[in-house]
Amino acid sequence: MKFGTQIVALGLFAFVALVAAGFGVDEPFRQHMWVLLIVLLGFLGILLRNTSFAATAPIHPSAYMDGPIRYGAIATMFWGVVGMLVGVVIALQLAYPDLNIEPWFNFGRLRPLHTSGVVFAFGGNALLCTSLYVVQRTCRARLFGGDLAWFVFWGYQLFIVMAATGYLLGITESREYAEPEWYVDLWLTIVWVAYLILFLGTILKRKEPHIYVANWFYLSFIVTIAMLHLINNLSMPVSFLGSKSYSAFSGVQDALTQWWYGHNAVGFFLTAGFLGMMYYFVPKQANRPVYSYRLSIVHFWALIFLYIWAGPHHLHYTALPDWAQTLGMAFSIMLWMPSWGGMINGLMTLSGAWDKLRTDPIIRMMVMAIAFYGMSTFEGPMMSIKAVNSLSHYTDWTIGHVHSGALGWVGMISFGAIYFMVPKLWNRERLYSLRLVTWHFWLATLGIVVYAAAMWVSGIMQGLMWREYDEQGFLVYSFAETVAAVHPYYVMRAIGGAMYLSGTLIMAWNIAMTILGYQREQDPMPGSVPALRRARSGARKWA
Amino acid sequence: MSGEQIDEISGVSTTGHEWDGIRELNNPLPRWWVVTFYVTIVWAIGYTIAYPAWPLLHSATKGVLGYSSRNEVKNELTAAEAAKGKYVAAVESKTVSEIAADDALREFAVAAGGAAFKVNCVQCHGSGAQGSAGFPNLNDDDWLWGGKTGQIQQTITHGIRFATDPDTRLSEMPAFGDIITADQIAQVSAYVASLSGKVKDASLIEPGAKVFAENCVACHGDNAKGNKEFGAPDLTDAIWLYGSGETAIAAQVRAPKHGVMPAWIGRLGETKVKELAVYVHSLGGGE
Repeated sequence: MKFGTQIVALGLFAFVALVAAGFGVDEPFRQHMWVLLIVLLGFLGILLRNTSFAATAPIHPSAYMDGPIRYGAIATMFWGVVGMLVGVVIALQLAYPDLNIEPWFNFGRLRPLHTSGVVFAFGGNALLCTSLYVVQRTCRARLFGGDLAWFVFWGYQLFIVMAATGYLLGITESREYAEPEWYVDLWLTIVWVAYLILFLGTILKRKEPHIYVANWFYLSFIVTIAMLHLINNLSMPVSFLGSKSYSAFSGVQDALTQWWYGHNAVGFFLTAGFLGMMYYFVPKQANRPVYSYRLSIVHFWALIFLYIWAGPHHLHYTALPDWAQTLGMAFSIMLWMPSWGGMINGLMTLSGAWDKLRTDPIIRMMVMAIAFYGMSTFEGPMMSIKAVNSLSHYTDWTIGHVHSGALGWVGMISFGAIYFMVPKLWNRERLYSLRLVTWHFWLATLGIVVYAAAMWVSGIMQGLMWREYDEQGFLVYSFAETVAAVHPYYVMRAIGGAMYLSGTLIMAWNIAMTILGYQREQDPMPGSVPALRRARSGARKWA
Repeated sequence: MSGEQIDEISGVSTTGHEWDGIRELNNPLPRWWVVTFYVTIVWAIGYTIAYPAWPLLHSATKGVLGYSSRNEVKNELTAAEAAKGKYVAAVESKTVSEIAADDALREFAVAAGGAAFKVNCVQCHGSGAQGSAGFPNLNDDDWLWGGKTGQIQQTITHGIRFATDPDTRLSEMPAFGDIITADQIAQVSAYVASLSGKVKDASLIEPGAKVFAENCVACHGDNAKGNKEFGAPDLTDAIWLYGSGETAIAAQVRAPKHGVMPAWIGRLGETKVKELAVYVHSLGGGE
């Protein structure tokens, strides 16, 4: 019977959710369990409608398993739009506080929805689907474990839904970027271990003698996130039928654990994972060899060795002992070149293919991603210098830094990868429209520039206003005055974010049309055909 | 798998591996990259020798510069306090009127009070001390409880109608809705409004003056100029705490609002309160 085991397991899981909804000790937990029950029953219904008792044709063991990757590409687009939309909403809430709608849609609940939405839902799905795409092709092996990939995909979506609805219901561990409560954390642990087994199993059954560099980065991301997630979320639930838990850490140890996690979520989720993406999709799209094998080895090991120690720079001038602050800063400075190794390898891979920048907006997007990667990984070590940090810490400069990395690097490289993968996954000759990709590129790039510039100005202004003393030694500005001063920049930030979001919406349209099988008739990109051959002449097919 | 080959465009050999069509060139590490990496490592080693860095069994290396962020902030605070020390001592020992009379000391107290005002007072009195409905403007010379430095100090110290301070400034205008008729309220409101502006029905003014004389003069005075002893406002000027015009005045006569200001002495201490008093006095309306 098709889906037999899955239907039984889902039914049992749904029953557990029903019991928890009935006997939960606090109201948010009961509400959250009802949400879980509804989601599981919906999924169960879909499976029941699609079950059949006919024998299924055996799958050829050498064929790539692309079903979960197709779903993953769609999920990436969906969560990308959701996460960025929430980002624009909270940017507007900061500029216009009246937009806070109590209790579900206030800034405090929407902010983690935005961060988790873009990092874990959009970025996570992008990493999940590209890693499964890349590992199969660079290992010449079908994904390990039969339907394990489907479990990882749907399990991860369930984690996202439970995390997101939990935030809106007010359920939070209050740990930045790790807000989900203990039971959602446990579920993610199960899914993540399954992901590790899936990925590692596929590597182990590879038919290539060597493991491609992209897979080192993906594997380091999966392993490290598992470790970070487990340790940072060590906590004791108040009740096994309640939504509240207490962390195993307290005081400055808690802060250090949190930023060890938080910084390496940036380092291994948003850097190492996406470098893996870069190492496959850039050479493929440019059709050029990777610039330097040696550089890829040296910068990989240097990056993963150094990154893990840099977390304390988030706690400069706090109760954290001086020695830990010093080390955090020293390791952050040493991290500069290992980070740039990835940038060099990415950009130099294009040597011999730079002309494609004019004709291929996907390459343009990837190059812009690498450029923002280089800029952010220079800015990061610079901001970790204590003297700089004393000005930048707690200001919008940090927000600008994060977004030049997130929008510029993570967003753009993911967009490039999705644009590359989708026509291949659905066997389309090409995308629906390359010109829409150009539109997306410019909207996104200008959006980031507006966003980052606004945050730099408002951040540095905040930092200077906070520390300004008059001749008598008294603070010149109250906090409220600095809030009033940044208002115009908050409006600009919302505009920049909206531009970026509109680019993503154009992409979603383009991707949807490609999947549906449409191809827009349009002139080729300027410069992509010799000038003498007019684009409209004859019935020449678009190349 | 195909063996090593030369990439035609760059002329560099590949490593001989190939994955899904991707090859890797055998380029060396860029020299500037290696040099910069080494420089950052050397710098990091030097930095960790200079500053507290390496954890030992029970403590950590102290660093040859003897730096400590706790000492740094302590030194900065000590220096800042030393720079202010002379003035702070003078503020402590002198009365507010003496401080206001001494140019250098007044300048200091105004700066100190201004900084404290921005944090503690703007929430009600506004960022420019301009007040708002129910919260007095502190820039004008219309004072409910007196605008001399000592009177302002008294108000800030003990607050107004602040229940937990026994010395708080206290007055309570009765709710005349229970005492006089609605007609009389309309009349007296018209009379009070006429003292500083025009009224709709001038015929109400004269009976209103009579109602006023019978009920209001005890606190607001024969000439309606108010009395700072009771915090009774001057009704002849155009400054209104709870709104101008007959309707607002009638509402206040019928069931008066009684604003509360906290006693700040417990939170801010005497020196800061003195500085605030001098600052508020300096805003333009000080008596």
